[in-house]
Amino acid sequence: MVDANPNVSHTSYDSKIEGNIIITRVDAAINWMRKNSLWPMPMGLACCAIELMATASSRFDISRFGAEVMRFSPRQADVMIVAGTVTYKMALAVKRVWDQMPEPKWCIAMGACASSGGMYRSYAVLQGIDRLIPVDVYISGCPPRPEALIEGLLKLQRMIDKEQSFMAQKRVPVEA
Amino acid sequence: MSVLEDAQAMTSGEVSEFRGETTVVVPLAELKASLKKCRDAQGYEMLLDISSVDYLGEEPRFEMVYELATLDDSKHLRIKAKVAEDEDVPTASDLWKTANWHEREVYDMMGIKFAGHPQMERILMWEGYPYFPLRKDFPLAGKESNMPEVAFSGVAPLEGGPFVTSPGATREHGEPRARGES
Ligand code: SF4
Repeated sequence: MVDANPNVSHTSYDSKIEGNIIITRVDAAINWMRKNSLWPMPMGLACCAIELMATASSRFDISRFGAEVMRFSPRQADVMIVAGTVTYKMALAVKRVWDQMPEPKWCIAMGACASSGGMYRSYAVLQGIDRLIPVDVYISGCPPRPEALIEGLLKLQRMIDKEQSFMAQKRVPVEA
Repeated sequence: MSVLEDAQAMTSGEVSEFRGETTVVVPLAELKASLKKCRDAQGYEMLLDISSVDYLGEEPRFEMVYELATLDDSKHLRIKAKVAEDEDVPTASDLWKTANWHEREVYDMMGIKFAGHPQMERILMWEGYPYFPLRKDFPLAGKESNMPEVAFSGVAPLEGGPFVTSPGATREHGEPRARGES
């Protein structure tokens, strides 16, 4: 790009410097990178997982929103999508997988079961995954349609956009 | 031979028929022999299911239910046996391999033990869970328990539910109503 008027120079772009330079805030840059490449950890536990799979497939194509890289290793994932009924027997396993995900991480509770136990008011089902791990987005429905999951993902992206990522870097106290 | 004749051919046991389904109730002591006879002599080679019923307040408290069928599926026969709370049931897993997991499920949910079973452990709940959740005196909402590092359980909020029907009363009384926490 060559400036039409050589006497006017943009603050954000200087053709004399080799390569392209964009001036922005660190937060904005970090958030922009994070939100558009969310790698989900598919925690498919029951019927909702089928809708999660549909969302990932060609018809709904979650890759349009940068979240198609489903990782089956929690160490490579950013967002855990809890899709299905969390039984007490599974609950601590879900927690363990969550604990293995590196920060920053987010959680989407997909469907009535993951949000609140759903129709299973019973001895065997955890009454919402938020009793064990922090949830950022709840999606209603039994199961939610893929559009709803995508809407939830977009909500999460908007949330990430507002984060103070630089300030919020976890300060881990150094042990003496 | 018809199912009814098969059932009557079994020496002891009370035979009943309801809507084309034949049921034999045998004493617990004869259960194993009856099952074996059904399989070997009468051609009921397939075990479809094993389940159990809790008649809380009655004596004996539990009842085992075995669903048998012939391989060509032409005949079905149900065998029942009453079990008291402190009695063990002889395992059927040496007659039918499939009985192995069915019996573990009965043990897991009802707490009925099977003598001679190769692996008498819980199958659905985790080992160490202190209750038998399908017993009638277990609340539907569940109970609290905690096994550190393994699993925990809590009480589900029922908000006045569940909506249950009551048996045996007038229609008005038997309608589904919220009847407290369990
Ligand atoms: S919310 Fe509905 S569809 Fe989803 S896991 Fe629960 S029962 Fe299945």
